[in-house]
Amino acid sequence: MLEIILISSVKIVVVIVAVLTGCAYATYMERKLVAFMQHRIGPLYAGPYGLLQPIADAVKLIFKEDVVPNNVERVTYALAPIISFIPALLTFAVVPFAADATLFGREIKMVISDLNIGVLFIFAVTSLGVYGLVLAGWSSGSKYSLMGALRSSAQMISYEVGYGLSIIGVILVANTLSLRELVAQQASVFDWFVWKQPLGFLLYLTCAIAETNRLPFDLPEAESELVAGYHTEYSSMRFATFFISEYANMLAVSAVGATLFFGGWQGPYLPSIAWFIIKVFLFMFFYIWLRGTFPRFRYDQLMSFGWKVLLPLALLNTMVTAAIVML
Amino acid sequence: MKEIVKVLGNVVFKMPQGLYVTFKHLFKKPVTLDYPRRKKPMAPRYRGRHYLERYDDGTERCVCCGLCAAACPADAIYMEPEENEKGERRAIVYEINLLRCIFCGFCEEACPEEAIFLGQEYEFSDDNRDSFIWTKDQMLVPHPRKDNPFKRIYRRVRKVYGVTDKDK
Repeated sequence: MLEIILISSVKIVVVIVAVLTGCAYATYMERKLVAFMQHRIGPLYAGPYGLLQPIADAVKLIFKEDVVPNNVERVTYALAPIISFIPALLTFAVVPFAADATLFGREIKMVISDLNIGVLFIFAVTSLGVYGLVLAGWSSGSKYSLMGALRSSAQMISYEVGYGLSIIGVILVANTLSLRELVAQQASVFDWFVWKQPLGFLLYLTCAIAETNRLPFDLPEAESELVAGYHTEYSSMRFATFFISEYANMLAVSAVGATLFFGGWQGPYLPSIAWFIIKVFLFMFFYIWLRGTFPRFRYDQLMSFGWKVLLPLALLNTMVTAAIVML
Repeated sequence: MKEIVKVLGNVVFKMPQGLYVTFKHLFKKPVTLDYPRRKKPMAPRYRGRHYLERYDDGTERCVCCGLCAAACPADAIYMEPEENEKGERRAIVYEINLLRCIFCGFCEEACPEEAIFLGQEYEFSDDNRDSFIWTKDQMLVPHPRKDNPFKRIYRRVRKVYGVTDKDK
């Protein structure tokens, strides 16, 4: 019993530290890549090639004054960043990040908790993240924040359905909800579910961007219209929590995408953890690439896109897959 | 239905085009510079701050004739003459107000003695107006010219104007 607790705690600590470091360096990667796309050079001063920039940013944010406006709903205002942060981290609890290892004669599963309904758990938990945004927007007592919150709730409703349906195809093909099982079924490159579910993958990718409020669909924060959307009134570490949770969400969605469609940690030659990180960061690269390329959707475009395009396509994909699996 | 076909068409044909553009630019040389650390090389004929030249033996070229002040459209040059120990004219006071100066280069065109030149430096920022009035000491090229950074600029400027010391 004690051993199980010990092993789990170690795994949890390692994963959380890895995720937070990943978030920090995802911001660095984003700044650098977007800068290169715009013929700029990006952060350069902290450390060689600006590599210590994320740490400098974190230190700056910790030491900044925490400004709380007068007309905020104090309890909810304080809770909101945490509510949006925890689901982002919770996703990693069920994502297998490496091949099983044997340590001191004891087999260790490289996943914090091997839930048999892992996929379901992920989708339940990521949907919770939006409460953080909505509550933040509502409790801030600012019109920009409220607009951001409204937008994010509307966006969630339009996308959650398509998001959920987009992976039904994979689950139908794989006949399991456990992520470990899913990875085990994609042993070779030809078994990856992208090849079996190309439309499902595209839908997942699109919905995942909307889910994490990234650029083509970043209506909740829309800098050019809403100042900063739901986190307008936040400063210091509270703001940083929102910021980290956005990047943790991106990492989570990338990790889930890599696991569902690209064989998770499976790969030749390199150690399994390296393959997992490579795949996750390729997803991240794609996100940043999209951000550097496309402008923001208009509000009505986004709604009609969600309901009139994504949902029918997701349903079609599900139906066709179901029919094929039946046969 | 129509909308779905349109979106799918965009995803297949239009979006890769846009993504290709940004990907192409990812590998291009940045146009911005790491400015205070790296500076853009200035054109050889760039007109920056002024230098007062010397002859090779160290005596100042400027004879305080006042032609530069007369040519100056911004009225930025002030000078007072005196005689040196050999009885030659030279400037005892020679000031250029860099706030007035428009860096047109008329002073170097007007100078009959090839004494004043506009160099390459362009960073003049300061926090009070008085320090923008540059005096003779600040503008005179230091005498033992060996391994000083102005040498390079001096030679280049000379080359542009096609004048060497031998022509004198």
